Amino acid sequence: MAEPQATNRGPGRLLIAIYILFAIAATSRAGLQIATKFDRAPVAYLLSAAAALIYIVAAVGLARAGHAGRRTALLCCSVELVGVLGVGVLSVADRQLFPDETVWSQFGSGYGYVPLVLPILGLLWLWRTRDADR
Amino acid sequence: MTSAAAAGSPVHGILATAGIVLSLVLAGWALVATLRHRAPDRAQFAGLALLELALLGLAVVALVALGGGERPGEPGAFFGYLVTVVCLPPLAWVLARMEPTRWGSAIVCAICLVTPVVVVRLQQTWEVVGG
Repeated sequence: MAEPQATNRGPGRLLIAIYILFAIAATSRAGLQIATKFDRAPVAYLLSAAAALIYIVAAVGLARAGHAGRRTALLCCSVELVGVLGVGVLSVADRQLFPDETVWSQFGSGYGYVPLVLPILGLLWLWRTRDADR
Repeated sequence: MTSAAAAGSPVHGILATAGIVLSLVLAGWALVATLRHRAPDRAQFAGLALLELALLGLAVVALVALGGGERPGEPGAFFGYLVTVVCLPPLAWVLARMEPTRWGSAIVCAICLVTPVVVVRLQQTWEVVGG
């Protein structure tokens, strides 16, 4: 790479677009679940809401770029990766724990495993654009 | 039962089919542009505009049916998907305008792959699940 690339340009913008899509999907799903049937699976629905928040903050962090933006995005992508792996393992091991689907259940299989791939792509992108931070 | 429900559903029909087909063709076209290192061209923006017209038409038909007393199986989810689906082409448009590189075409491709999924989910939430 000849010059440091800004976090919010090129492939970064595609990443932001996908984060926006997941922010919309997770927010509306969590909102609807909490509004209509919160008692059925509170843990799963609160987790959906947390995932939604993380997608939103990650999108904002990537879009703002700069030092603070990159730090925010790094934190969000890490939490997201831990979350999707943790919830994925737990949802496979003990189905009773998550009686209703969340974005991260079964490693995000309901969303074509994109929730599993997205934080990895985010971290790779942050690594590749690390020179932009200096 | 499903066919009877589909026949009476305002979100099954020529507009939904046209939207899905157009969206997939546009995704394919944008993918070719991405692979050829091309920025979003006039055809992609025209396609997005046409897609938005089809989806707005679908929304109007659905709202007219609601005005006529018909009700979706899952109203909350139905409205969520309806609002989302008409916002997707404008989102692709704005982001593609901001990114006049191959990655702009990649954004159009990604959003045009998601749109048909949302249209199908819209159709599923009209029908009563488990009915």
